[in-house]
Amino acid sequence: MTTTSRRAIVLGVGGLALALVPPIAAALNQPFYVDLFRRMMIFAIAAVSLDLILGYGGMVSFGHAAYLGIGAYAVGIPAFHGVDNGFVQWGLAILASGLAALVIGAISIRTSGVYFIMITLAFAQMLYYLGIGLETYGGDNGMRLTRRSLFGPVDLTNPAVFYYVVLAILLLFLVAGGRVVDSRFGMVIRAARSNEPRARAIGFSPFRYKLAAFVIAGSMGGLAGALLANQTEYLTPDFMHWTRSGEIMFMVILGGMGTLFGPVVGAIVLLLLEDVLSALTAHWQIVLGPILITVVLFARRGLYGLLAGAPTRDG
Amino acid sequence: MAEPLLAIRGLRKRFGGLLATDQVDLDVSEGETYAVIGPNGAGKTTLIGQLAGDLRPDDGAIRFAGRDVTRLDAPLRSRLGLARSFQITSIFPDFSALANVALAVQAHTGGSFRFWRPAAGEPSLTRPARAVLESVGLGGRADVLAANLAHGEQRQLEIAMALATKPRLLLLDEPVAGMGLEESQRMVRFLGTLKGHVTIVLVEHDMDAVFTLADRISVMVYGRIIATGTAEEVRGNEEVRRAYLGEDAPPPC
Ligand SMILES: Nc1ncnc2c1ncn2[C@@H]1O[C@H](COP(=O)(O)OP(=O)(O)OP(=O)(O)O)[C@@H](O)[C@H]1O
Ligand SMILES: [Mg+2]
Repeated sequence: MTTTSRRAIVLGVGGLALALVPPIAAALNQPFYVDLFRRMMIFAIAAVSLDLILGYGGMVSFGHAAYLGIGAYAVGIPAFHGVDNGFVQWGLAILASGLAALVIGAISIRTSGVYFIMITLAFAQMLYYLGIGLETYGGDNGMRLTRRSLFGPVDLTNPAVFYYVVLAILLLFLVAGGRVVDSRFGMVIRAARSNEPRARAIGFSPFRYKLAAFVIAGSMGGLAGALLANQTEYLTPDFMHWTRSGEIMFMVILGGMGTLFGPVVGAIVLLLLEDVLSALTAHWQIVLGPILITVVLFARRGLYGLLAGAPTRDG
Repeated sequence: MAEPLLAIRGLRKRFGGLLATDQVDLDVSEGETYAVIGPNGAGKTTLIGQLAGDLRPDDGAIRFAGRDVTRLDAPLRSRLGLARSFQITSIFPDFSALANVALAVQAHTGGSFRFWRPAAGEPSLTRPARAVLESVGLGGRADVLAANLAHGEQRQLEIAMALATKPRLLLLDEPVAGMGLEESQRMVRFLGTLKGHVTIVLVEHDMDAVFTLADRISVMVYGRIIATGTAEEVRGNEEVRRAYLGEDAPPPC
C-alpha cells in the first residue's frame, strides 16, 4: 500500500471516529468527553506542527510551547481590550507566532544538536518570563478569557460547534501536511534531515527551506494556542513553560516522529494516560516516565508505527 | 590556449600543526581525467573538500569555469557544475534509490518552494533520474531503499547522484574503495565511458583504476604535489617510487 492511500484511509477512519464523539457523548450523557477530546485535538494540532520540523526536518525544537503561549495571548490580550472578533484574534495568533518563529529560527537553524535545543529552549523560557512580567494581563496568575472568540453565526460557546471547528482544523492540517511533506519543499527538508552534507553537495541550500518550515510550524502552533485559550477560557504563562514544550515533544515521539498521524495518537494517548494515572496516584509522572521510555526503546516509529505498521518514513 | 576548467593556485590548508595542503598548484583542462594519488593521510580528501566547498582553504585561490569560486559555498559550486562523491559513502539512506537521484535533479531545476504537488509524481524529476540510474546499472533497483542496497550499489548510487546534477567537473574520492574485483572493474569501465564527456578529478588507491582512466596523474605526499605527468612518467619517476609506490612496485607494463 502506498503512503498516500494509507494516509487517506487513516484520515477517513480516524476523522469519522472523532466526528462521532459528540453524539456518543450526548447519548451517554457524558458531555465531559467532548471537552476532553477537543483538548486532545488541540494538542494534536500542536504536536503535528512540531512533527513537521522535528520528524521531517530533524530540528529538535525544545520550545514549541512558546507558540502555544503567543497564540493564547493573541486571543487574550485583544479580548481584554474588548476586541472579540475571532478572525482578528486568530489571525493575530498566526502572524505573531510565525514572526516569533522567524526570529527564533533565523538564529537557531544555523546551529545544530545540543545548541539548537538550548537556543529554542532559551527563547521559550524568555517568552515565559515575559508573560510573567505582563502585570496588566495577570502576571504569573494569568487571566480569564471573558468570552470565546466571535465568528458571527459560528458559536464557539456551543461545545459541539467548537468541537467540530477544532476537528476541521486538525483534518485540514493533516491533509495539507501530507501534501507538504511529499512536495518538493518537503523533500528538501527531509533530505537535509537525512544527510545535510549530501543535500548541500547536490546543490541544496537547506537554510531557507528549514526556516520556512520552522515558520509554518510556529504559525500552526500559534493557532493551536488560540484554540487552547478558547478551550480553557483562561490563559497563563504556564502555557509556555518548558515542561509544556517537553509534553508536546513526548506526544510526537510517543506517537511516532515523521508520521504526521502519529502525533495525533501520541496526544490522545498521553492526555488519556495523564487523566487516568493522575486519578490513581499523585505520583503519576513516575509511572508515565517508564511507559514512555518503553515505547521509545521498543517502537522506533512510535505507537503509530506499531498500529499502522508504517514501514518507512520516506518514499 | 584556453583557460583550464579548474585552476588551483597556492592552495594551503592547515589543521593545527599539520599542513594538509601545502602550496598546491594544479590545472585540469576540460575533458581530462586527472588522478591524484598518494599515501594515506597525504591530503587528497582535504584537497577534494576544498574544491567542493566543504572546507575553507587558509590561502590560495580556486578558479572554476573562468570564475573565482574560492569563497563560494558547496551548494553554489554544485549549481555551477561541480559534483562530488565522498570517500565514505554519503547517500540518503531512508529514501529509495530513485528518490536519491530525483533529489539531485530537483536541486538543479529551479526553486523548491513548491508545497502541494508530490515530487515523486513529477516526470520532470523522475524521468531523468531513472535514466541516470539506468546508465550506472541500477535501473532494476530504483525502488529499493538506499540503505538496503549493497555497498557497491551505494557507490554507484553516489555516482548517479553526482551525474544527475549534469556536472562539468566530477570530483571522485576513491570510487572503487571497498568494492570486489568484478564490481570495481565494472565501475572503472563505466567511468571510462564518461571520459571526454565530463572532466574528472579522481582520487584512488587502486592503481589499475588510475592507470586505466587517468590522462594525467599528480602524486601528493604530506600535502605537497611531488610529481605530475602521464601514467608512464609517474611510474618512471624515482622520487615517486621511493615515496609512494615503494621500491618493489611492479615494473611499468
Ligand atoms: N578535519 C580535520 N581536522 C584535523 N585533521 C584533519 C582533518 N581532516 C583531515 N585531517 C588530517 O589531515 C591529513 C590529510 O587527511 P586526508 O583525509 O586529506 O588524507 P587522504 O590523502 O585523503 O588519506 P586517505 O588516503 O587515507 O583517504 C591527515 O593527517 C588527517 O589526519
Ligand atoms: Mg581520503
